Amino acid sequence: MSMMNEDAGKSAPGYTPFHPRWYRPHVSVYWWLGEWHYLKFILRELSSVAVAFFVIETLFMLSALHEGPEAYAHFQAVLRNPLVVLINIISFLFVVFHTITWFNLAPSAMPVRMGGKKLPEALVAAPSYVAWVVISAIVCWIVLH
Amino acid sequence: MADKITLEIARYSPEHDQEPHFQSFEVPVHKEWVVLDALNHIKDTVDGTLTYRWSCRMGICGSCGMMVNGEPKLTCATFLSSYAKNGEKIRVEPLRYFPIVRDLVTELSDFLAKLKKVKPWLLPKDEPPLAQGEFLQTPEQVDRYKQFSMCINCTLCYAACPVVGLDPVFVGPAAIALAQRYNMDSRDQGAGERTAILAHPDGVWGCTFVGECTRVCPKHVDPAGAIQQYKIAAVLDWLKSFVAPRGA
Amino acid sequence: MAKPSNEAFFWMLFSAGGVVAALLIPVQLFLFFIAFPLGWLQAPSHDSLISLVRMPLVRIYLFILCSLPLFHWAHRFRYTLYDGLKVKHLTGLIFVLCYGGAVVGTAIAACLLWTI
Repeated sequence: MSMMNEDAGKSAPGYTPFHPRWYRPHVSVYWWLGEWHYLKFILRELSSVAVAFFVIETLFMLSALHEGPEAYAHFQAVLRNPLVVLINIISFLFVVFHTITWFNLAPSAMPVRMGGKKLPEALVAAPSYVAWVVISAIVCWIVLH
Repeated sequence: MADKITLEIARYSPEHDQEPHFQSFEVPVHKEWVVLDALNHIKDTVDGTLTYRWSCRMGICGSCGMMVNGEPKLTCATFLSSYAKNGEKIRVEPLRYFPIVRDLVTELSDFLAKLKKVKPWLLPKDEPPLAQGEFLQTPEQVDRYKQFSMCINCTLCYAACPVVGLDPVFVGPAAIALAQRYNMDSRDQGAGERTAILAHPDGVWGCTFVGECTRVCPKHVDPAGAIQQYKIAAVLDWLKSFVAPRGA
Repeated sequence: MAKPSNEAFFWMLFSAGGVVAALLIPVQLFLFFIAFPLGWLQAPSHDSLISLVRMPLVRIYLFILCSLPLFHWAHRFRYTLYDGLKVKHLTGLIFVLCYGGAVVGTAIAACLLWTI
């Protein structure tokens, strides 16, 4: 049974003896600017835009690669544009932010139990970082040779 | 440290007010006083109409949750001295994202309805006969759900969660954590009965892992962790439903 | 016993995309879009790069790199619009734009990597 008074706060003044007029605070669309924790959360979510940007850039690069050496050289020239470099540096920071927050949060979703107890989250997150470094090194080695 | 501190307390009377407003009170700072002591002092000696919930004053009943300087806190566990030494005022408001009944009292019936919907009680399939004796659990079996059982229903997590504020039908951190407490209990076989409400867009899928609920929880329940763990279980369950279709 | 909502499927894609993005995108972005353009490292020539990309395993690697993170973006961005702009009532339109975008990107990636 819900006694939610939909007009609470909007109806005419007057106290109803059998049902008080509750005040319903309004949540602003700028709620995420109200607190640092909320802002950090929204920035983390917006890192997905940097992820999508990287994929689109990569698809353009593959398309230029396919078209031929001239198209590829032109694409590389575009990448050298200072504005493009700046956008890529910002994207890189966001993507690394994604990686770090992802690895740090994953252990809460998949707790590892040993000896009847939950392992500390930092310990569970550590192998992800190791894997990240190793895989990055392998990619570097393949691309640079 | 100053010997007095100012509390700015949200007041709202449904009989007279259209919206809440703040009223300032000066209270003495005693080393051992918490915000709840200050509220009781005001009610006893200054303004008897100040209305708020409290009970055990030791952090176990979950009644005295309020916003203190914008943070959800148990007022029985928040010391005046931590604000006094910085020369700050203390702003006390009712818990965020709930309708306000009067002054610092929030309307909890929506939360209680959500809690009831997740069936936070043991649902054993076949009740063994009494003669068989008690359920036995190893320490490991207890450890699987113990953290989630520490919830005192204080609703600080609801005041911290922006999704609760933005989406009134979201089931919410404490209810999901408590459902998971029973799903993880070896004596319970009711996980299937909780699927409809939990693995629903208004259930766990509305959660975007902001993590504020876990940060403010006074009993370290980690509701965010409980929710993400349930999401993984729901994904496995969803995949299994294709391999082994179940009846209605 | 009820079946979990199909949201489970999209969350699964979001998670898989999140893992791929976390592990692979930083180094790929750094190499191709920062280090090579700025000359910090010697960029591969067109010929050596295209012969690398044409290897079957690399085609598969690039396909995964270009498809799963798009689904990660789609899910996360969809909920950011719901919560950040309070537009949950436009859920149908947002769903189509986000996942549709991911599907289009995946299709383009598939085409490119098949024919390159």
